[in-house]
Amino acid sequence: MNRFAELLDRLAYEPGRNNKLRLITAYFRETPDPDRGYALAALTGALSFKHAKAGLIRDLIAARTDPTLFALSYDYVGDLSETVALMWPSAPMRERHNNPPPPTLTDVVTTLRMLGKTELPAQLARWLDQLDETGRWALLKLVTGAMRIGVSARLAKTAAAALGDKDAHDVELIWPGLAPPYLDLFAWLEGRAEKPVNRDPAPFRPVMLAHAIEDADFATLNATDFAAEWKWDGIRVQAVSGRGEHDSVVTRLYSRTGEDVTKSFPDLMPSLRFPGAIDGELLVVRDGRVQSFNVLQQRLNRKAVTPKLMKEFPIHLRAYDLLSDGDNDLRELPFKERRERLKAFIAALDDPRIDLSPEVPFASWGELKAARADPASAGAGADAEAVEGVMLKRRDSPYLPGRPQGPWWKWKRDPHIIDAVLMYAQRGHGKRSSYYSDYTFGVWTAINGEEQLVPVGKAYFGFTDEELLQIDRFVRRNTTETFGPVRHVVHEPDQGLVLEIAFEGLQRSARHKSGVAMRFPRISRLRWDKPPREADRLETLERMLKSETASIADS
Amino acid sequence: MRPHDILMPVAAGLCCKPGGFYIDPVRAVDRAIITHGHSDHARPGHGAVLATQETLDLMRLRYGDNFAGTTQAVAYGETVRLGDVAVTFHPAGHVLGSAQIAVTHGSTRIVASGDYKDVRDPTCAPFEVVPCDVFITEATFGLPVFRHGDAAAEVKKLLASVALFPERAHLVGAYSLGKAQRVIALIREAGYDAPIYLHGAMDKITSYYQSRGIALGELRPVKGMKKADLAGTVTLAPPSATSDLWTRRFPDPVTAFASGWMRVRARARQRGVELPLVISDHADWDGLTRTIATTGAGEIWVTHGQEDALVHWCGTQGLTARPLALVGYGDEDGEEDAPAPSGEEAGA
Ligand SMILES: [Zn+2]
Repeated sequence: MNRFAELLDRLAYEPGRNNKLRLITAYFRETPDPDRGYALAALTGALSFKHAKAGLIRDLIAARTDPTLFALSYDYVGDLSETVALMWPSAPMRERHNNPPPPTLTDVVTTLRMLGKTELPAQLARWLDQLDETGRWALLKLVTGAMRIGVSARLAKTAAAALGDKDAHDVELIWPGLAPPYLDLFAWLEGRAEKPVNRDPAPFRPVMLAHAIEDADFATLNATDFAAEWKWDGIRVQAVSGRGEHDSVVTRLYSRTGEDVTKSFPDLMPSLRFPGAIDGELLVVRDGRVQSFNVLQQRLNRKAVTPKLMKEFPIHLRAYDLLSDGDNDLRELPFKERRERLKAFIAALDDPRIDLSPEVPFASWGELKAARADPASAGAGADAEAVEGVMLKRRDSPYLPGRPQGPWWKWKRDPHIIDAVLMYAQRGHGKRSSYYSDYTFGVWTAINGEEQLVPVGKAYFGFTDEELLQIDRFVRRNTTETFGPVRHVVHEPDQGLVLEIAFEGLQRSARHKSGVAMRFPRISRLRWDKPPREADRLETLERMLKSETASIADS
Repeated sequence: MRPHDILMPVAAGLCCKPGGFYIDPVRAVDRAIITHGHSDHARPGHGAVLATQETLDLMRLRYGDNFAGTTQAVAYGETVRLGDVAVTFHPAGHVLGSAQIAVTHGSTRIVASGDYKDVRDPTCAPFEVVPCDVFITEATFGLPVFRHGDAAAEVKKLLASVALFPERAHLVGAYSLGKAQRVIALIREAGYDAPIYLHGAMDKITSYYQSRGIALGELRPVKGMKKADLAGTVTLAPPSATSDLWTRRFPDPVTAFASGWMRVRARARQRGVELPLVISDHADWDGLTRTIATTGAGEIWVTHGQEDALVHWCGTQGLTARPLALVGYGDEDGEEDAPAPSGEEAGA
C-alpha cells in the first residue's frame, strides 16, 4: 500500500502527461502481481466496494485526538482525509515492533470486498496504525472513493500498455473482457503469455476522428480521392450488436469515448437486430425530420427515460460507417468498400429508426463549397438545419483509431465556433451570485513539447438556466483548487468539460497569454459527450485569425 | 523576581532588563544576543553582538564586516555574566551555530530556544535539552498535522526521481543557510556521489560550511553550464529562484522543495512544486511537545507560528502557557530568500 500511496502522491503533483505515464509504467514494472493489477483497477475506476462515509472517518479521529487540536488542524489543512492521515497518532515504537507489516494494496482491496459494515471502522483503524502519512492519505482517499489525482482510465491503460511496448489501443480492445487484478494482461504485456481474448460479444472499437480542414489544405487534396457526406449535429455513437451465450443477442450503445450509454436509449436497442458495429450519429427525428441539437439536448438532459420522453423525442441512428459485419472486422477495408457493406447492412435491417447518412455528390471543391453553403438545395432538404458542415473521407482510407492526419476532414459551416475546455469558474453577480456562472475556457497547445491548455477567453452567457445548474454542479464537484472567488476546475485530457464557444470574431491581443482575443464569446453548447483531449487547438484559432485578417484586407 | 521581570516581550524583541540585552531583536539595540544566523533573527546594526562564532561568521558573510559595533563569540556551554544575570549558550540543532540562550537570575532559569529541532542533522551540533523553569518555544509547525518523518526517506524519493527521469534536471528549492547544506549532506549519505550544482546565492554560505569541516562532496556552480549538460543532475537553489525565469536554463526541470510546509498538500500545490520533500529545520509537532515535556518547565511561552494549538496542548498537560506576541519572525522557507550577497550576479 505504501508503494501505491507513493505513486498517487507523486502523480498528484506531476502536471505533465508523459511524466505521469513514466511514473505509472515504472510502478507497474517494479510492483509484483497482484498488487499492480489492483492499482490499475483503482486508477481505471474498476474497483468495486462500498465506500466509507466521511462520518466514519470523523468518528475514528474523534476517538483519538483532542477536539480543539483536530478543529485547528482541519481548518488549516482543509481536507478531511488529509487531516486525519497527518494527525493520526502513531503507535509507540515498542508496539510497532510487534505489529504486522503494513497492508498491501491487495490486502486492502480484497478485505474491503468481504468486510461487513460493522467491521469496517476497526479494520480501518488497524490499517491506519500500520501505514505512514502518505499511506494513510491514499488509504482514506481510496476507501472514501475520492481519488482525484488527474489520472484518467485511458492514461492508466496507456501506461500499462507501455510496459510491453504496446499501444493503448491494443489494451482498449481487450479491456472489456478483463477483470482485476489483470494477471493475464500483465503476463501478455511482459511477453509471458498470449494476448488475452476479448470475450465481450459487443465490444467498443476506438473511434476514428477528423481534423478540421483549412483553406490551404484544399490545394494539396484531390477532390476525386474523397467522398463527402453531411456532418450531422447530433451525438456521435457506436451501436454494436453481437451474439452472446446460447445465441442470445447482446446490443450496446457506446459514446465516442467508449462509455456504455445503452441504458439511456432503450428505444433504439431493439432495432440493432443483426450482429455488427455501426458508427453513426444519434439524432431526434420527428415525422421524418431531423430535429436541431437543442431538441436532442432536451432528451439528454433528462435522467429518467420514461415512455413519454421516448415518444416525445424519438431517437434515431444515422449510419456513417460499418466497423464489423457479423464476425468480420471491416476496419482494414477501404472506406468505399465499407460504405457498400454499410448500404447492404442498413437495407437488410430495414428499420425506420436506422438509416444511411447520404453522400453529397461533388465533382470539384467549388461544388462542395456551394453544397456546404446551402445544404437544403444540395440534398439535405428540410433537414438542413441539423447539418453542421461536411465530412470528407478518403475513399481508400481504413478505419483508424484516433485522429490520423489526412484520411478524414471536417469542414464546418460556421467558422466562428470552437470547442474549448472549462478551466476556471467564478461566481456571478446579482441573481446569479450563488452560482458559478463566469467561465474561463482554454484550448490546447504544446508548451515545451507538453500538451497544455491555455486560456483564450471568458464567457458569461449563452447557456440556459438548466445548463447553468448543470455547469454549477460540475464546477462544485470537480474543483481541484480554490483561490479566493476563483475555482480551478479539473481540465485534463480525459477529465473535464468541453464547451462549444461561439464568437463574433478574433483579434490579436498582447494582454492574453494566448495572443488572441475573442469578440463576444458565448457558450453555444455543453459537450458532455466530448473528452477534453478532442477540444480545439490554439493553432486553429491562429489560422482563423489569419484568414480573418486576410478577408478584412480583401473586402 | 518573576520570570517576566527577567525577560519581557517588547516591540524590539525579547528584552532582558536585569541583563541589559535583547535576544534576536528586530530593531537596532545596544546589546543583542543572537540565537542563529537566519535573517529574521540576526539583523545588522546592533551595538554589541554576542553569538556563537559560526553565527557571527554567517552574519559577516551576509552583511559585511561592519554588521555590528563589537562582537563577542560565545562557545556552547560557556557562561557569560551580564548585569544581574548569567547567560549560557546551548546547541539548538537548527542550523550551524544555532544556540538556545539560557538566562539565569537567582534560582530562576528561562531558556529562549530560538528556532530548534530535536532530530539528527549531520551539519550542526545536536539539540540539547536544558532543564529550566520557563521554556520559550517557537511554534512554526505547532499543529499536530506537522509530522516531518524521516528526512533520509525524502532524499531517497528525490534520488529515485533522478533515476527515473535521467533526461530531466532536478531543481531543489532549499533555504540558503542550513537547509541547503543539510540536504546536500543527506544526499551524500544516501550514496549519491556525482557533482551537485549550486545557485550562485548559495556559494558563500556553502563554502563556509565546508570550511567548518562539513563534508559535502563535489559542488559546482550551475552558472555557465550548458542546458543539455544539466540533464540527470541535481541543483540546489533558493526557493524563490525555483519559480522564476531562472529555471529555463534547465532541461524540463522537476521542481522539488525541501521544507516542513510540504507536509500539507495545499501548500505544496500553491508553490507549484512537483516533488515536495518534507525536510524541516524546525521541530515538528511531536518534537515540540516532546521537548516541552523534557525541559521540566512549568511555564511555556510560545512565540512565532501556530501558537494557539501549542498553548492549548500545554493546557491539557497541566502546564501554564501563553503566547508571546512577538512580531517580525517568520520561518525562512515561507519568505523570499535573502538577496544574493554583494559581488554576485543578481538572480544568478
Ligand atoms: Zn531559523
